[in-house]
Formats: sequence, C-alpha cells, structure tokens
Amino acid sequence: MSIIRQTAADLAAKIHSGELSSVEVTQAHLDRIAEVDSSVHAFLHVNAEGALKAAKAVDDDIAAGKAPASPLAGVPLALKDVFTTKDMPTTCGSKMLEGWRPPYDATLTRKLREAGIVILGKTNMDEFAMGSSTENSAYGPTRNPWDLDRIPGGSGGGSSAALAAFEAPLSIGTDTGGSIRQPGAVTGTVGVKPTYGGVSRYGLVAFSSSLDQGGPCARTVLDAALLHEIIGGHDPLDSTSIDAPVPAVVEAARLGAQGDLTGVRVGVVREFSGDGYAGGVERAFQAAVSQLKALGAEVIEVSCPNFVYALPAYYLIAPSECSSNLARFDAMRYGLRVADDGAHSAEEVMSLTREAGFGAEVKRRIMLGTYALSAGYYDAYYGSAQKVRTLITQDFTKAFEQVDVLVSPTTPTTAFKIGERADDPMAMYLADLCTIPSNLAGNAGMSVPCGLSDEDGLPVGLQIMAPAMADDRMYRVAAAYEAAAGGVIERAPQL
Amino acid sequence: MTTNTVDLVDYDEVLEKFDPVMGLEVHVELHTNTKMFCGCPTTFGGEPNTQVCPTCLGLPGALPVVNKIGVESAIRIGLALNCEIAEWCRFARKNYFYPDQPKNFQTSQYDEPIAFNGYLDVELDDGEIFRVEIERAHMEEDTGKSLHVGGADGRIHGADYSLLDYNRAGVPLIEIVTKTIEGTGERAPEVARAYVTALRDLLRALDVSDVRMDQGSMRCDVNLSLMPKGATVFGTRSETKNVNSLRSVERAVRYEMSRHAGVLLSGGSVVQETRHFDESDGSTRSGRLKETSEDYRYFPEPDLVPVAPSREWVEELRGTLPELPWQMRNRVQKEWNLSDAELRDLVNAGALDLIAATVKAGAPSGEARSWWVAYLTQQANTQGVDLADLAITPAQVARVIALVAAGDLTNKLARQVVDGVLAGEGEPDAVVESRGLKVVSDDGALLAAIDEALAAQPDVADKIRDGKVAAAGAIVGAVMKTTKGQADAKRVRELIIQRCS
Ligand SMILES: [Zn+2]
Repeated sequence: MSIIRQTAADLAAKIHSGELSSVEVTQAHLDRIAEVDSSVHAFLHVNAEGALKAAKAVDDDIAAGKAPASPLAGVPLALKDVFTTKDMPTTCGSKMLEGWRPPYDATLTRKLREAGIVILGKTNMDEFAMGSSTENSAYGPTRNPWDLDRIPGGSGGGSSAALAAFEAPLSIGTDTGGSIRQPGAVTGTVGVKPTYGGVSRYGLVAFSSSLDQGGPCARTVLDAALLHEIIGGHDPLDSTSIDAPVPAVVEAARLGAQGDLTGVRVGVVREFSGDGYAGGVERAFQAAVSQLKALGAEVIEVSCPNFVYALPAYYLIAPSECSSNLARFDAMRYGLRVADDGAHSAEEVMSLTREAGFGAEVKRRIMLGTYALSAGYYDAYYGSAQKVRTLITQDFTKAFEQVDVLVSPTTPTTAFKIGERADDPMAMYLADLCTIPSNLAGNAGMSVPCGLSDEDGLPVGLQIMAPAMADDRMYRVAAAYEAAAGGVIERAPQL
Repeated sequence: MTTNTVDLVDYDEVLEKFDPVMGLEVHVELHTNTKMFCGCPTTFGGEPNTQVCPTCLGLPGALPVVNKIGVESAIRIGLALNCEIAEWCRFARKNYFYPDQPKNFQTSQYDEPIAFNGYLDVELDDGEIFRVEIERAHMEEDTGKSLHVGGADGRIHGADYSLLDYNRAGVPLIEIVTKTIEGTGERAPEVARAYVTALRDLLRALDVSDVRMDQGSMRCDVNLSLMPKGATVFGTRSETKNVNSLRSVERAVRYEMSRHAGVLLSGGSVVQETRHFDESDGSTRSGRLKETSEDYRYFPEPDLVPVAPSREWVEELRGTLPELPWQMRNRVQKEWNLSDAELRDLVNAGALDLIAATVKAGAPSGEARSWWVAYLTQQANTQGVDLADLAITPAQVARVIALVAAGDLTNKLARQVVDGVLAGEGEPDAVVESRGLKVVSDDGALLAAIDEALAAQPDVADKIRDGKVAAAGAIVGAVMKTTKGQADAKRVRELIIQRCS
C-alpha cells in the first residue's frame, strides 16, 4: 500500500520500527500535496522545509535509539490556520491577517511539536471559522475530493479535505457549531469535538470563546483517538481548560474495535429527523442504527425538546462573542492597515481597515452580535439565548440519565454544490442543525463515516454525542461501528 | 473655548440656592508583581512596550488567566471598606474602541462586583465623622498609554501621529465607587478631599498599592450635580476625570459647583459630559460629549471562569487586615499621649501615618514626630508637594534617627543626610558614605585639632586652665570648623576640659 493511504497508527509503527523514515513519509505527503492541492486547495500554506526538518529530527532520535516522543512521532499533520504558529503565517482565512506571523505558538501547536508530529502546513477555512462550506475563505474555497464541484464542509473544510485527498493522515480542526464534525461527515472522514475545555484554546484565534473547541481529525477512529490524547489535557494558560486527566479514548477505541457493544445504551434523538433531512442521509443513518443494535447496543428513542431552539440561540451567542473577539482587528498593532496616508484619522483607519479586511459573513455576524448585546436588546437576545443554552444542557442531562451516548445524522444533507447556498445564509446555517447542541452544552461529539447516500453516492456522517469528559464512550461506539461497517474513504474517487 | 464663557457663581450664592450631590470613582493600581491576566511585570517607568506579552497585547489567540493576588487584594480592600464579598462573581467585557485598549474591550466587572455595600467613615478637619457609603469595588485591567504628538492640545484629534505604550495595559486596577453623597452642603469639597485622603491612607495601610496620585497609581473621577433647594430629583451631572491630587479633588468639586450654578441660574441646562481638570488654574474644560450614554455592550467574559472566593478564604483574609488608619489613630493618641487637637494637626499635616510607620521601623515616637512635623514638613513646603510624596520613606527616616542615637551623626549632619536622600542619592548609609558625613569619633584626630586650637588662642587656653570652663566654647567652635562640623560637640568639650586640667 502506498505511504499516503496508510493510517497514522500504521505509519507511526513503521517509523518507530525503522521500516520507514519520517522524512520518507513526510516527503510522500508533500509530493501528494504538490500533485493534487491545486485542485483541492486544502492548504493555505505548506511548510516543506520546516516539515522535513522536523521529520529529520524524529528520524535522528530513532536512529540514536531514543524512545519516540509520542505514539504518533514522525507522522505528518495538517493544521487548521486558526492556531498560532511561530514558523508559519496564521491568517484564519482572512485578508485581515494576511501574512501575519505570530510571535508565539499555540499550546496545541507546542504539544504537536513536542510529540514529534510533523506539521506540513496550515489548512484553509471559512474566514475566522464562520461558515459551513469553506467558501467564506478570503483565499478561495476548498473543494471536496469526492466531487470537486462540491463543498468540503466548513469551517474546517481544508483539514477534512486534506485527509480525504490523502494529503495528510492527520489534521486538526476547531468546532464552534460543527466545524470539525460537519466537514468530517461530508468528506467521509472522522472528526471529533472533544468536551469543551478538553483541549487548550490558548493560541486558537477566537471566534466564539464559550463554544470554540479544537479537536482531532483523521481517517480512522483510532488515529483520531491517538491524536486526541496528545493534544488534550489541562493548560494553565487557558482558564477554561479542565483540570482533569484526558479521558482514555485510545483504550476505548481499541475496546470498541473488538466489535461488542453489549450493555451500551444508545439514544436516537427524535428531533433530528424528518423535514429538511435528505432521504439518502436518513436511510444511511437508519442502517447505522441497525448496525449498532446488531453489535449488541440497546437502542431507544429519546426526546430533547429544546434542541429545536439551539440554532437561533447559537446565532445570538456566537455572533455576540465574535463581535467582541474580533474588535481587536483594528490596524493598530498587526495585520492589515489601509488608508494610513496621513489624510485619515486613526478612527477612520480603523474603520476603513475593518471595511476592507473582513468578508461579508464576518461583517454580518459582527453586526448581529453588536446588535444582540446592545442596551435595551441584551435581555431579549443574548439573555434569552443563554436561557435556551441552559435548557439544552438540561435536555442532555436528562437524556444521559437514560442512555450512554446519543446518535443522529451529523448533518441533514450530503455535500452541496459550491455556490448553491452562498446567497442564502439561513440555508447555510441549517448544515449545523444537529451539531450545535453539543457546543452549547459543552459536551463531546464526533462524526464517523456512515456509508454513502443512495441518492448521490456521497458520504454521510453518523454523529455520536457523549456527556462532558466522557469522550471515551463515543470513541468506543464509533470504533465498534467502524470495525463492523468499514470506512468509505477507499471508495473516494482517485484524484 | 467654553471655559472662558462660563459664569462662575459665588460659592455662598451656590449654597443659598442649591444642594450639591456627589459621586466619587477612584481607580487604584494594585502593586502586584505581575499584571492582572498575564505574567508581565508591573513596574512603573520601563522602556515603552518592554513589559508586554501576547495576552496583554491582545494578540489573536492569547487568553487571560486571573492573578490570584489581584483577587486577594480586591477582597481585602472590600473587607476594609466594610463591604460584602460576593460568593460568586464574574468578569465582564466592556466593549469600546480605542487604540490604547489592545483588545478593544476592557476586562472589567459589571453587575457582579467582587465587593459591594460598604462604607468608609471619614474624619473632617474639625474632627466630625462623615460616613461615605460605598456602592462597590470591582476588579479590572488598566489600558495602555497614548502619546499624541503634534496638534494643539495633546489629544488624538488634530495630532500628527500617536505613539502607544502597552506596558501599563493589563495592570490590575480596583475601581471603588461611592453611593451618591448627599447632605454635605458647603462641606462638599472638603468631604471629597477627606474621603480620597482616607481611602489613600487605608490602601496604604493595606499595602496593596503605591497610591501615588502624581504617578497615576491612584486616580479620581468626580461626578457632581446640583439640586435646587427643596427639589427631590437629581440634576444632570458632569464627570470630571483624572483629578490627580488631593487638593485638586477639593478644587474640582468647588469649581464644578460654581460652574453648574452659573449654567442653571442663567436659565441653561447642564450638559452631561466628561470634563478635564486643569491643574494650572483649577478649572475644568469640556471633554467628550455624552450625547447618548455610551453603550459598552457588557457581557460576561467567556475566557475566564467565575471567581468564587470560599468563605474560609475571605475570613482568612479578614484576619490579615492590618491596623486600619482610624484604629491606629486611637492607639497612637493614647500611646503618644496626644490631645485631640495635636492629633488632628498631625492628621491634617498628613504626618500621622508617616510618623507611625517611622515608629514601626524602630524610631522613638518623639524623634519621629519632630522629624516629620519640623524639618521634613519644611522640605515638603519648599518643594510644594504633599509630605507623603517626599522622596524619603519612614524606614529611611528611622535609620537616620538610629544613626543619631548611636552617635554616628549629629543632628546637623543628620539633616544633610536627609537632604541627600531627598536628592535621590540613595539610602541614608550610602549618603553618609558618599558625602563623608560620619562624626569624627577618633579622639586622636580630635585632640590634634584641639591642641592646634589651644595653641592658636593661648589666652583662651589660659582661661580654661584657670577654671573658666565657659571659655571652652570658642575652642569647640574652632574644632568644629576644622572638622567641618563632623565632630560631636559634647565630646570635644569633654576633651578640651581634660586637656586643660
Ligand atoms: Zn503580558
């Protein structure tokens, strides 16, 4: 099997045993990027030199007889361009930060480096992680390797497309309302949103601080679990990171892969079906539920009545926080600056820069959020949305009294065509209907490939949700399902 | 300029027709070692932008972490102000755009302050106690500093360019807000000054801040409005910003009272606005117009977890409260045997705390009092600064007193040592060394000088030998002259008499 089609776990084993070198593996992926990325456009920046240097360091350590720095040492990875990196630009898909080189590494970046993981480059994304299609990138859209005319999901379309196009065996995404899980679903890859606070946000350029969560993306459940344990854990630099051991997700994935779910209670969320769900998605999902039963799981239907209010609540909370988080982009210290010609005041330079630097969707959300936080509107909008958030958390709490995990389709449809929803924000927002509740509650959620739609032959995602800090439960179920149903990625068209 | 067209009403007339209503907001920079939300140092006066990091520069991705000492200081201040301490409270973002604000929001507290509902009893000049009710004390971060270059008035509008220094950005601040202060009548300016003075002394006793108004580590905003006699509704207020000395607080209140009255009596209405105090003539001038009240779009800071001080911790901190200024006053009055009037004089001179601190540093109370009320008060008057702002600490004064007691310095030399310390020449011992001020205590050297003097004035020498001891004064004078005043006159006299007997 060619290097690029292997799993991260296999590549790591071969690198650590000396069968392959990290440099070989890294070079194979750099070659693949050179070959296909002009059509996929998963990457905004490729750091060939830095990657090969990091790979060489791993090889040197192994040659010197040192133990590998981590179970994934030497394996290449694609990093979403929303994490700061000292040696690469960090643009967040925005003109506002074009060419910005952060003076510091995100905690996650540092952990990757310390684990000997080779960072190939930075991946494309919707501007400041706002979007579900990667069409909002200021640097042009990423294309879905399954069909280059379709979107790869968003905001982390670049990270998932890189996996589906075999440009990297591992990638990192961030999930504020589904930006890891929805791209995973529509590209036939695995995407995990860990429990809020499970992975440090220090150095993750904030969209919505109370919702943003970095997490692992891979082509297999085990690979995601291995990466999860490396990036997870408490960070004293992030006050909201949880001071507890990382859930034992690798062990759970290995246990699940044995194929027995006896005693596991699985809840099907009643509210996530019906109108707006594509037939091919619903049928693939039902087949997955049957598969879980066949593996021994006890499946019941549960109701989470407040989940229907999740989308409107999200579109008040996330824009509110974003309007404040993005206020710092004012041309004074870094990033874009326009109209600095002596004829304009500082205030005008700030305003004109923001006018020129932000795209339409970002502006839309800044305006929404500014409005929602305004005096006289705060209680009706932001305040009400926070109440809904509490109700959704209560729905989860009640559901998890009955079941161990919840399942639903990850997204109501398969990948839509590029441009199809570009002028219809409401239709675009619906892509995150099923994923948003986990963000609002701060729970764990993941998407695992669940066959292809019988309507269009495109990948469908199975979403598995677990209580906070019980991420291991969903890995167990996902690994069991994956072992039984098989992945879909080998069926992706050859690019 | 609006200031030129203002009709100021005579103060007595203001009081005939109106009652003043005040609110005072005091910002205090804590002297924690590190900033409120990052590990950068807080020292004053560093090279611009050398005390910064991703967090206090607001770089994309950086996050805040609460400084526990900052919270501890806030709780101690709250307790000392007789406040309730919140069991659970959050930080909030105060959103507004300004270049010295790295994130374009200030991390502050809004409707959940750490401390609330307290009071401070303030002693007025005649000894009357006035209770100022405290609305709240909350934690926040300071902004950076802007320097607007060019333009007429050093403000951003009209400047050629502006320089930004973020060293101060993120330094912990406590904002202490009074409830509305009513019923002061003519004493409003005095109450305002007395309150800020009492607060400064309290914060100094708590050792939480440098409370240097001249360096901006304590800043006062004065809200003032007038209410026609008999009215029940408050008038429109003005907010005078950054009043930077105790005296200015008093002047600002008095000026605004006269100005408001002028506007109201001429049939106008007071504009709700921010005003700037002008130290040079004691006036205020119009700043930002507040046509609509500014909308800061406060919301709970999602990057920080709530602060939930346990009751045990709060009680533990209550146990660390030092003797507070009024407690100290009662104690020293007894210990030093002072009359009420003597005590009040010391308080009014701003000397009491300094004397007490000097005593605490080991000096006898009599000497400590005499240094602060005599020589040091003189020096403060000469320099035109408050006694507390003299560049000498109580510990340094205590050291000088100890050197005198040990016979290493005469009183005259001691004053020169103090002058050296005030001139920035370092610690007293260093000044003694560098200025060569040590008493000549070597008898050999003194005897040589005495013999020389006796030889030069044989007639005086004879008188002394004849038992006319009083004549020794002339020889003592001559010896002091040759030793440049660095001899102990008493010892010299002893030696002369020995020599001539
Ligand atoms: Zn800092």
